[in-house]
Amino acid sequence: MEALVASAVGVMTAAGIFLILRRRTFPVILGLSLITYAVNVFLFATGRLALNAPAVLNKYEDVAYTDPLPQALVLTAIVISFGMTAVIVMIALSAYLSSKDDHIDMKPDDSVDAPGEDA
Amino acid sequence: MNHWIVAPIVLPAILAPFIIMVLRYHLDLQRIFSIAGVVGLLGIALTITAQASGGDIQVYELGDWPAPFGIVLVLDKLSAMMVLLTALLALPIVLYAIGSGWDERGKHFHALFHFQLMGVCGAFLTGDAFNLFVFFEVLLIASYGLMTHGGGAVRLKAGVQYVAYNLIGSTLFLFALGTIYGVTGTLNMADLAVRVAEIPPEDTALLRVGAVLLLLVFCIKAAVLPLHFWLPASYANAPLPVAALFAIMTKVGAYSILRVYTLAFGPDVAVTDGLIGDWLQPAALLTLAVGTIGILGSNHIARMVAFCAIASMGTLLIAISLFSETATAAALYYIFHSTLATALLFLVADMVMERRGGAIEPKAPMAQNGLIAALFFVGAIALAGMPPLSGFIGKLLVLDASRDAPDATAVWAVILIGSFVTIVGLARAGTLIFWKSYDAAITPPPTEETDDDAQISSTPEPSPGLAFASVFGVVAGLALLTIFAGPALTYASGTAAQLFTPDDYISAVLGGEE
Repeated sequence: MEALVASAVGVMTAAGIFLILRRRTFPVILGLSLITYAVNVFLFATGRLALNAPAVLNKYEDVAYTDPLPQALVLTAIVISFGMTAVIVMIALSAYLSSKDDHIDMKPDDSVDAPGEDA
Repeated sequence: MNHWIVAPIVLPAILAPFIIMVLRYHLDLQRIFSIAGVVGLLGIALTITAQASGGDIQVYELGDWPAPFGIVLVLDKLSAMMVLLTALLALPIVLYAIGSGWDERGKHFHALFHFQLMGVCGAFLTGDAFNLFVFFEVLLIASYGLMTHGGGAVRLKAGVQYVAYNLIGSTLFLFALGTIYGVTGTLNMADLAVRVAEIPPEDTALLRVGAVLLLLVFCIKAAVLPLHFWLPASYANAPLPVAALFAIMTKVGAYSILRVYTLAFGPDVAVTDGLIGDWLQPAALLTLAVGTIGILGSNHIARMVAFCAIASMGTLLIAISLFSETATAAALYYIFHSTLATALLFLVADMVMERRGGAIEPKAPMAQNGLIAALFFVGAIALAGMPPLSGFIGKLLVLDASRDAPDATAVWAVILIGSFVTIVGLARAGTLIFWKSYDAAITPPPTEETDDDAQISSTPEPSPGLAFASVFGVVAGLALLTIFAGPALTYASGTAAQLFTPDDYISAVLGGEE
């Protein structure tokens, strides 16, 4: 199972990095989401992989348990990355709508007061 | 427990939603509450700085959970100083934003501004690495809103780049924290320091990976070469008062490097031996070099000031990477100075851009040309590090501290040549913008000013009195930092001494039983 989880994290990260290096915003955003999925699975695994174990200590008998802290961390990470993805989708959408161009890179002479930037 | 410690986070955290939910249609009330909030923050910052200056480290346990299990806020001299700097910077910027009318060019400026302050103060105060991540995200998500404030096609495109870059940075941060947690089983910084020291050297491969990833994340925030690519386009295209506030954000990266690599991965920990000295220092030298070349090569004033920010981060990180007590004291003095100087130049650049556009080329003289030129002159002197302002003292301290360092020649050469190129670059920009405009050959522009978009020209005339007053406030801050360099340096030395005896911090957080 370790190999499966590790390769899943690896493949998702690799695919995410490939997509981030694309030139249009949509694949870049997809790549960012893939990477955040990868990091969520990775965070989950930092508490060691344990099957069918509760995330709490049992004070009556000595049973296996899984580390609850990574689960709390991953919850925070999911919420934050979800929110961030929503933000970048909105900004990318308005950037696309206002400039009719979804390339991620800017022209060398782009600046906020360059003449003729109003599309 | 001393509840003042949590106040710099709670005050903006309450004020910002209040502004959004109750005052969203009342710009005047928003402004009043926003200024009041920043003044309140300044008062709180002064109080906690006074409390911290005694030298004892205070711990605030959130939810009253004891230290390694719950999240702690820690108030020591460094965090108090950084919160004070944040508040000192925020006051003139909020006044400038109001005076120049920037806050009415989009929605929710003041609310986002206070969320940003909350994130910055939280990042400075927290004693938990994952909580540091959370506060980073708070300040980033507010900065996304501020960065695209006012809209416009180019600004939004720059915003997409900025958000994408920082999302990758946040993901790296999570990878780093996961790795460190997987090895040590803790994310409390003081606890981390204890655990890291206990790990046998042959088991540290993963931890080393985690430490390097973490350094990379902080270097992205601090815009260290080669991770600085996000900064020029973002800062130059952000509303410039916001860019002035962002001057503190790169310092959050520098602060995190100082905090984590003196405490958790300290200088005597074998795991990260050579990480700061061997890797960060050349990167910092390159940062300064590229920053100054950027100053010389920019054809737009906002971009030039953004490169000034990179160059000053270079100087700052050189001082940090020397990693001695005197060098750290110099770095702390320089943090204060460079934040104010960069902010000053951004505000002056905004005045220039509002009046004549930002291109560094001769145009007809603008309104209040002489006054703005004088302010630019002051900012340039401060940033380039010429006497009589605090930049000179700061650079002198850095140079002095590096005298006994092994590669002092390189440090001296880069800082001195860099300062010279900065002077040339700023002088070139100042000449072209302010002096050449009186050349008879330059014809006045047809009718309209070549300003941003229709939305801006439809706003009422800015009230320059308040804007100028706030810029003069920043100048006064720099002057005070110069006049009271002695007390400031005493405080900085005390802070550095505290940083280099992490045992006090650890025993304060963990209750001294370990």
